[in-house]
Amino acid sequence: MTIERKKIKKESLGQWFEKMTAAGNRIMAPKRNKKQVCFETVTSPAEVAFDYVQTTVSAKRAVFPPVEEMLAYKFADKETKLEEKEIKPQPTVVFGIRPCDADAFVTLYEVFSRDYKDDLFLNRWEQTTFIGISCIQADSACFCTSTGGNPGNTKGSDVLLTPLKNGDFLVEVVTEKGKKIVTAAENLFSSADSDIDKESLLAKLPNKFEGKDMKAKINAQFDNEALWSRQSMRCIGCGACAYVCPTCQCFGIEDERFGSKGKRIRCWDSCCFGLFTLHTSGHNPRHTQWQRWRQRLMHKFSYEPDNLGVPGCVGCGRCSRACPTDMNILEHMLEIAEEKA
Amino acid sequence: MEALQKKAQELLTTCRANVVIGYGQGSDDKPRAIFVTDPAGADKLIFNDTCKQNLGVYLMKAEVKKLGKMGIFATKPVMRTVVLLASENQLTDIDVTVIGVNEDGSLVDFENLQALENHVKTITFEPDPADKAKIEAIEKMTVEERWAYWQDQLSKCFKCYACRSACPMCYCSRCTVECNQPQWIPVPSHHLGNFEWHMMRAMHLVGRCIECGECGRACPLDLPVHLLTQKMAADARKDFGWQAGMSLKLENPLSSFKPDDKESFIK
Amino acid sequence: MSTPNLYKPYIMRVDKITEEAPDVRTFRLVFTNEEEGKNFEFKAGQFGEYSIFGEGECTFCIASSPTRKGYIECTYRKAGRVTSALARLEEGDLMGFRGPYGNTFPIDEWKGKNLLFIAGGIALPPMRCVIWNALDLREYFKDVTIVYGARTVDDLVYKHELEEWGKRPDVKLVTTVDPGGETPDWKGEIGFVPTVLDKMAPRSENTIAIVCGPPIMIKFTFPVLDKYGFTPENIYTTLENRMKCGIGKCGRCNVGKYFVCKDGPVFTFTQLKELPPEY
Repeated sequence: MTIERKKIKKESLGQWFEKMTAAGNRIMAPKRNKKQVCFETVTSPAEVAFDYVQTTVSAKRAVFPPVEEMLAYKFADKETKLEEKEIKPQPTVVFGIRPCDADAFVTLYEVFSRDYKDDLFLNRWEQTTFIGISCIQADSACFCTSTGGNPGNTKGSDVLLTPLKNGDFLVEVVTEKGKKIVTAAENLFSSADSDIDKESLLAKLPNKFEGKDMKAKINAQFDNEALWSRQSMRCIGCGACAYVCPTCQCFGIEDERFGSKGKRIRCWDSCCFGLFTLHTSGHNPRHTQWQRWRQRLMHKFSYEPDNLGVPGCVGCGRCSRACPTDMNILEHMLEIAEEKA
Repeated sequence: MEALQKKAQELLTTCRANVVIGYGQGSDDKPRAIFVTDPAGADKLIFNDTCKQNLGVYLMKAEVKKLGKMGIFATKPVMRTVVLLASENQLTDIDVTVIGVNEDGSLVDFENLQALENHVKTITFEPDPADKAKIEAIEKMTVEERWAYWQDQLSKCFKCYACRSACPMCYCSRCTVECNQPQWIPVPSHHLGNFEWHMMRAMHLVGRCIECGECGRACPLDLPVHLLTQKMAADARKDFGWQAGMSLKLENPLSSFKPDDKESFIK
Repeated sequence: MSTPNLYKPYIMRVDKITEEAPDVRTFRLVFTNEEEGKNFEFKAGQFGEYSIFGEGECTFCIASSPTRKGYIECTYRKAGRVTSALARLEEGDLMGFRGPYGNTFPIDEWKGKNLLFIAGGIALPPMRCVIWNALDLREYFKDVTIVYGARTVDDLVYKHELEEWGKRPDVKLVTTVDPGGETPDWKGEIGFVPTVLDKMAPRSENTIAIVCGPPIMIKFTFPVLDKYGFTPENIYTTLENRMKCGIGKCGRCNVGKYFVCKDGPVFTFTQLKELPPEY
């Protein structure tokens, strides 16, 4: 589908939100809470934060929640019955994701739809529309241009807004889903001026490292224990980086039983936790933090691109900003890019 | 700063330490923990008033311990951390050399842990006034208000365990949350799971929290989890006259029993 | 109408329980939904996620052969939360099963060849499936040799089947226990599996070797096979790793870029050599 360009006035966003809400959508958008901006359910653009570089936590919970029921069951005498029910997630509009986040959603989609189709994820995915906002500013933690993205990338967004100098937005209708949500509020959109130079409005983010070379470079360092140890010495092994990350999707499965009823729940997990790969026998293939750190980077920059052909890291910088010990993934990747094979 | 760097070189060259744990330059003017094993690398060490991370957590990290005897530049909270860990048999004079760092950057070289304990006993520790005020404000709330406050705060928690990982006192190789026979604390970050985790963490730190605030600083969501453990510390002071990290003897109220304890239910 | 759910297990009934060794049991499971049971198919080498509702799921290979319809079998050792709950089940109780997952032993490619099965301890169950598969199609294979050892006589699993295999004229069975693990009436070999294998001087010509055992056994078995001319692409093994989803989504069981659940659990030694030692 060729991308159609339109324009919407800032004042019209309110009516657009109303139309989306009236159509049964819940809207998740960035909301400021003291020093942080996080995705929360909103009803009006007045609640939405626009002037920030990046949210603290990604919006992945829209399609991959931190706690998700997989099954429910009942026990009666010696019988176990699985609850049969129709799962109908509420239609959701995720408003205000950055182009890096939209790219990340495509990666999540590939993980959950390749080979086995993960119904839990895909049910939510089908009901979700992504409205992105291009970046007019970036900070030192951002590096989307090094992972194959850019501050105005339309990949993964159904609609991409770019802030114009006068406060209005350029609207790029990227997909059929995007077309639907724009057409439903047709009168709010006008045709875009032909002289809008989108490139000039975007944040300037030079390449920090050559993304397409990273797989080979990081593979060459696999056995370099000294490198991984040095990089991970200050890592304390929490899950902050994985949980704020828009592409991380490791999960665990837990059963919770209360008397005669129970649930099987999937919940976020992280390969950085010490006991993530622990066997019941006591054997742990990744028993040191440096092995776990290596796994994190190899998965993002080698395994995932290799297996799925999509980036495992989109350069959003959240992990670097959130890390309690300043691990700074960009710095580490630059070190790997420079390290002799 | 020069004195700091010279001291680190001295520790390494005289074998009083094989690795020196201190602060170095991090991203964007923030400090970060660094581990100096080569005297030539001592010039990376810095110290200023942004250096707040409790470096004591690294004294319990296996990969750091493997490097050999640890030297550490210890601010007041870290001094208390070392004394507490030593009282719990986690550190001895063989494991660590402590160099105290005062607020003005001047150094105090401790010959051994006993010298550290003697010094710590002479200092008064005041919790951060902002945190003290927040705790007092919560104490003034009604039970319903307090419940609503913590429900609201903890509903955001996603159980990343940064609070646990950042705390030097949380050194169990298998945390209670990682036991599944039985599953004492639910794993998922739902309402019950979050509440039980934070309550358990606070209880396991009664009489052990040295009020550094690292857990609150570490939280990626800025949740004030340090207020829970600091409240426990305040209660330990009030109810037991106990302050953690001041004595090399294990006399923590929740870990020790004396026949002349005033409670009568165990006699 | 209920929404399809990738993680929904079959409900199975425990039809038969066999005590194999201390803390080791085999369950024969039948599908409570007969239609599902009739349509169920799998190939040798595949595994499943077995659940106790309220406790969790556990990964075991399907230990019965795909040539035998109507039921599946699994063998487990009581070790953790879920296996302890499994150990409390009685015949007639219900549990769950998700599967079959994973890749398979390419048994069709082995037709016309000699088969050498080498297993140690609790690692015989993943091989039992392919052994019975081969024996049920015996005419397609040349010599079939089984070398199996355990720490002690008590620890040998599938004792009845070992007897059955031993009695068959078309199977060569060598059983062994570790030195000190024998009983006074033990008639088999005494020695570690790699040592016993070396003594046998196995022929590598036109032979496929299938090895499964604790990492230390595999470590010492491979040099013996190498000594007798076995090439890595003709040696197969089945790996295990900590798993949750079993289908390559949860990110836990990877060894390098391969997921043991999706790209394995069956690997040739050629593939194993490419893998980082993270399993």
